[in-house]
Amino acid sequence: MQEIINRAKELLADGTVARVLGWKAGDLPYNPEPAYFENAEALSDFVYNGFCGANLSKYMIEASKLEGKTLVFLKPCDTYSFNQLIKEHRVDREKAYIIGVGCKGKLDIEKIKKAGIKGIESIEGAEISDAAETLKIQTIYGEKEMAYADAMLERCHVCKGKEHQVYDELIGESKETKDAELFAEVERIEAMSPEEKFAFFQNELSKCIRCNACRNACPACNCRKCVFDSTKFDSAQKANVDTFEEKMFHIIRAFHVAGRCTDCGECSRVCPQGIPLHLFNRKFIKDIDELYGEYQAGEDTESKAPLTNFTFDDAEPSIVGKRG
Amino acid sequence: MSIENKEFKPKIVAFCCNWCSYAGADLAGSSRLTYPADVKIIRVPCSCRVNPMFILRAFEKGADGVIMCGCHPGDCHYSTGNYYARRRMTLLFSMLDYIGVENGRTRVEWVSAAEGVKFSDTMNSFVEKIYSLGENVRLGDLRCKR
Amino acid sequence: MFKIAKENLSALFQLIAEKQELYLPVKAAGQTNFAAWDKDAQVDLDTLKTVKSAKDAFFPQSENLYNVTKKEKKMHIEPGALKEQDFVVFGMRACDVKGVEVLDRVFLADPIDSFYAARREHGTIVAMACHEPEETCFCKVFGIDAAQPASDVAAWMIGEDLYWKALTEKGEALTEAVKELLTDADEAPVEEEKEAVHAIVEKLPYMNLSLEGWNGDALKEKFDSPVWEELYKPCLACGTCTFVCPTCQCYDIKDYTAGESVFRYRCWDSCMYSDFTMMAHGNNRNSQMQRFRQRFMHKLVYYPANNDGMYSCVGCGRCVEKCPSALNIVKVVKAFQDQGGEK
Repeated sequence: MQEIINRAKELLADGTVARVLGWKAGDLPYNPEPAYFENAEALSDFVYNGFCGANLSKYMIEASKLEGKTLVFLKPCDTYSFNQLIKEHRVDREKAYIIGVGCKGKLDIEKIKKAGIKGIESIEGAEISDAAETLKIQTIYGEKEMAYADAMLERCHVCKGKEHQVYDELIGESKETKDAELFAEVERIEAMSPEEKFAFFQNELSKCIRCNACRNACPACNCRKCVFDSTKFDSAQKANVDTFEEKMFHIIRAFHVAGRCTDCGECSRVCPQGIPLHLFNRKFIKDIDELYGEYQAGEDTESKAPLTNFTFDDAEPSIVGKRG
Repeated sequence: MSIENKEFKPKIVAFCCNWCSYAGADLAGSSRLTYPADVKIIRVPCSCRVNPMFILRAFEKGADGVIMCGCHPGDCHYSTGNYYARRRMTLLFSMLDYIGVENGRTRVEWVSAAEGVKFSDTMNSFVEKIYSLGENVRLGDLRCKR
Repeated sequence: MFKIAKENLSALFQLIAEKQELYLPVKAAGQTNFAAWDKDAQVDLDTLKTVKSAKDAFFPQSENLYNVTKKEKKMHIEPGALKEQDFVVFGMRACDVKGVEVLDRVFLADPIDSFYAARREHGTIVAMACHEPEETCFCKVFGIDAAQPASDVAAWMIGEDLYWKALTEKGEALTEAVKELLTDADEAPVEEEKEAVHAIVEKLPYMNLSLEGWNGDALKEKFDSPVWEELYKPCLACGTCTFVCPTCQCYDIKDYTAGESVFRYRCWDSCMYSDFTMMAHGNNRNSQMQRFRQRFMHKLVYYPANNDGMYSCVGCGRCVEKCPSALNIVKVVKAFQDQGGEK
């Protein structure tokens, strides 16, 4: 972490960048917040550890409008989002100085709390430099331990890899964290009967409180005016009056990012109700891969997205019933 | 036509493109071909105009089945509109299937202006399918059913 | 003071549910939220905080105000039904109970909100004392005793027993109705439990949060502070904090068109949203900084100014847990403290 801070100070000092976008230490061991640092002094609060899951690409949309360059720290998976934003002309590559930072999997505080660990005072083993495989958690109810892998975000279990897709320089090593099949969960649902599928999603989506955290955290959801915020027609139902509302919201939200979603997993991370929202996005990704050829959004900044492209002999929609 | 449940009167929305399918429906009418009155046609400039939200909105407001008709691939009045529509609808229908909505409730059919017979056959078979599936309960808004 | 064995709780719920509606923390799809009780419900009294607060029981996320239907050529306007059925909310925490008091001062002040008033009239609150408060809790800062909820009935889960004490008339009535399941109990274990909880509360990291300087008179000073400009930046403008909050009470009124009828309903709104209090001329808060500031100024300045210095935050810590960007009211208060130190 010191290496990162030192490099940031250098870049600030020589005028390469006007500000630094990173994470600021929180007041609890697990809640660092995304933050801008304007000078070397402010960087004393900089932190980069296992709880820095937030994808800073989204913030670069705003930062691209500011005067001068912004130094931004991106994890390997975040760089896909950044690339995708370049493709959509929503960020300015020239305004960004990207330091690709290493990642050994990011932690999910919800998982730690779900394991019954509460009253957390300090957490050891979450530092990026730690080789530790276990988290030592000091609580007011005694010391607890948890395997690092068990506390990881869902997205890290299906990690896209250690390679940064876009960067100016790299600092730090990444670790292989993938230990599950990307589409395993999707396939499990696909294998269900329609009744089971319906019950599963009904159960999950009925928790939705329409807070829009999934949408607002999503780097692909970057429309200036979201269709669900429109006051002009009644798509902006902002309430969970009827179960239909949630289905509509989540299907359309996933559809609007289909072919552009890099599967960064922010939607699932931020959902206060723990709805596995990635299951929607990943279904689209799986279908796109199967029907129109493998495609990873954010891998490059040039290629045509699957939904703005076609071939003459694409599958007919009736294939949905035939695939079984 | 086998109608098991005579009580059930389905509501079916058909999005038809202005250039082919709507003209196909016209031809079906002027050729005195029959198809059930349960089908309500909404004319759109091109099948590509059909936003996935239209389909969901139709279900929300009480449709039991939604069918989209457009020009045959290659014949789009705007050259390529229906190719995009095809991809979109494929993904949307797949998603609806994924969340447990019976996949017979949605269909895409390419109908040209000369295919009055195909239009009426398509509508007949689709309506029959919807009769067999019964009322749409999984993807509707209860407030619209009161 | 009464008690009931933990294993008899489902019998208690059944008995209550026979005569009244019963809402309590239920675990569904991995999360615990308040929901109506039924035989198959997975009641979860161990989770300290439900994701959403219990405010839904009195101020639901959405409710119909009136329906307009067309019959032949006439329009019929049918007002939304007021709550007529008695109900019990079981398992609220001391902070949530205080949250209801905050709502009372808004909805029961003139003009009285009849929907809310009806719910308050028919609702009985059985609140449980906290057994193991968590690091995100700071109710003590607002003068709330986690071990002694100020509800109709206060309850303590101690070992294998639930201790039960009626504090109000409504509470007495409920106690009377379920008396057959309760046995007399000694107060001593409860006093012991209270002490133990108080000791834990002292250890919590946010206990010494100082709200000095936050009051109705500080309006201009706080409003004009440059600190907001820095603070709001990580905010993603989602409404998570407002929707999980037990005291946020802003709502929007919308129409839903369903063919032949129109439903006018109200639903929670969030000051974090760009269309919050949108008017014909546009929006009176047009930057996220202003919207962000509004939320905290409302809780710590505007509300106390109108309510004898009472804050509209109860320190439940839900926003601390749920904010996607790890922002929260504690960080806001602390940021102002730091600023004060530098001056």
